[in-house]
Amino acid sequence: MSENSTSRKMLSLALLIAGAAGLAAALFMDFSGSGSPVRGPLLILGAVVFLFGLYLFPTVEHHRSIINFIFLFPLLFTFAVTVIIPLLLGVFYSFTDWNGIKFNQFVGFSNYTSMFKDPAFIWSILLTFLFVVFNIILVNLVGFSLALLCTSKLKGVNFFRASYFLPNLIGGIVLGYIWQFAFNNVLVQITAKTMGMQSSILSATNTAFAAIIVVYVWQYAGYIMLIYVTGLTTVPKDVLEASQIDGANAFTTLMKIKIPMIASTITICTFLTLTSAFKQFDVNMALTNGTGSVADFMGSYLTNGTQMLALNIYNTAISKNSYALGQAKAVFFFIVLACVSIIQVRISNSKEVEM
Amino acid sequence: MEMKKSRKIILTVVGIIVAIYTLFPFYLVVMNTFKNANNIVADPVGFGGVSVSQLMANLSAVVNNSNFNFWYAFGTSAVITILSLVLLALFGGMAAWVICRNKTKWSTVIYMTFIASMIIPFQVVMLPLISTFRDVGQFVGLSLLQSIPGIVFAYCGFGGAMTVFILTGFIKGIPYELEEAAAIDGCSPEGTFFRIIFPLLAPVITTVTILNGMWIWNDYLLPSLMLGQNGKVKTLPVAVQAFVGSYVKQWDLILTAALLAIIPMVIIFIVAQKQIMNGMVEGAIK
Repeated sequence: MSENSTSRKMLSLALLIAGAAGLAAALFMDFSGSGSPVRGPLLILGAVVFLFGLYLFPTVEHHRSIINFIFLFPLLFTFAVTVIIPLLLGVFYSFTDWNGIKFNQFVGFSNYTSMFKDPAFIWSILLTFLFVVFNIILVNLVGFSLALLCTSKLKGVNFFRASYFLPNLIGGIVLGYIWQFAFNNVLVQITAKTMGMQSSILSATNTAFAAIIVVYVWQYAGYIMLIYVTGLTTVPKDVLEASQIDGANAFTTLMKIKIPMIASTITICTFLTLTSAFKQFDVNMALTNGTGSVADFMGSYLTNGTQMLALNIYNTAISKNSYALGQAKAVFFFIVLACVSIIQVRISNSKEVEM
Repeated sequence: MEMKKSRKIILTVVGIIVAIYTLFPFYLVVMNTFKNANNIVADPVGFGGVSVSQLMANLSAVVNNSNFNFWYAFGTSAVITILSLVLLALFGGMAAWVICRNKTKWSTVIYMTFIASMIIPFQVVMLPLISTFRDVGQFVGLSLLQSIPGIVFAYCGFGGAMTVFILTGFIKGIPYELEEAAAIDGCSPEGTFFRIIFPLLAPVITTVTILNGMWIWNDYLLPSLMLGQNGKVKTLPVAVQAFVGSYVKQWDLILTAALLAIIPMVIIFIVAQKQIMNGMVEGAIK
């Protein structure tokens, strides 16, 4: 037993030293600028060997703490590097003249003031707001109606549910191109025959915006429907039977029993639609890429008639290469979403108290 | 509750009409991959010009297209998704267990940070993320941007919060007595986790894997920024976008590419329909 623990201690110490040496050597090569190709793999190897040595370290009282550290480390490390550090850097960069690689000076709030003087950006904000309002209403109405249909005693309900949900499986980019085909090649033939409309609805700003809403509702209503189905199945059967015995018709049952009883589901679905519609990017990019002319908005001619906020941020930074400005817009985007989330938490909490 | 027969018929008809509407774009894709470019433009809805040999011709044109490189993109997407899902389940389970079973100030802080971070939109971190990955990668001599490990690393970071959130909720419901009994029998803490807790997590790990899998497989923005539009490594959505960008209006090739991108998800959906739909709902309600 003691021999075993001595050899284990030696192995642990050897691994700890080897790991630390590997890490030190790799970092030394980094700082000295040697450019050796082994330094990257050596860094990873050193860290893994070090953690393994730590794991083998023979201690009874601290073993649990060591395991806690090793178990938390991978996720916390990736989380810090991909979310926390970029978030802090991002807020910092939005106050500088950052160009995606380096920054020269602080510019205070000038990124923030200049973005609110840009009519194209204001247009994107208003358009996103409009898009969110339309979708909260339409997605929830359609989703709820489909949920009622799917919880009724019809034949083929399972098929209906699966086919309404199917659009959710496909990524926005692929969907966007499929619908572009449907609008530009199929719908045009129909409208040309029936109404004499020769151009696609994607070519005019207003109808193109409507098209994005149609595609979004088509995709998202099936998902919201599923959540409403789950909510509706929690309504107790005896309550529904009691109301029927008392002579309530289907409409009264819906308004007086079903809807009040799934109020928390309605809150969830409203906020899910809100945040998801607010962040809409893929379909916007694939369907119109934000194009569309606006003759006169705040005294200027716009070419980004269907460009919503997320796409505006992307284009500002990636296409127009204004990284600091794009980052400032993104911080604004984040603040709006954070406020919405806080309101949601408040509402959900107050609902729970009532119940 | 009995329904009148006439109402039943009306509702069924409405249901079928909506189903036709939701499935119509899929019909368009499937139907038109059987046609050549001229027939697609002339008759996009009907059966004019449909032939199996044309489907084969379209498929081979897309698969052998050096710009699209279908199998390579498919493999890249599959490797990225599977690796990310395995690591997220493993690391997420480990972290959630430690957070749940150690009621210290630190575990609460870490948990709250994870929860709060779920409201952070990708747009606010994407630009600094790219520059950080580029700078750190150059400094330590690892290619983080145009590489599969780099993307998997990023997905572990972005998916971590939601994974820990859902798993923690589940672990709370596992009786602590199980772990105490294991400890009395001489089981080490890591043994307790891997032999007792982790197997018990199976149902909730299915949920988490479905949620993360749908997101990672379909994600466009992160891989397009990290890999670049014209880089060597491409995921399926990035490849489709690049392909469409270079072939404006070549609908025979574009729709065949779309079909190839859709098929894997549809097959998985048909096999695991119930789990996917339940998983999506659970993820939303929690």
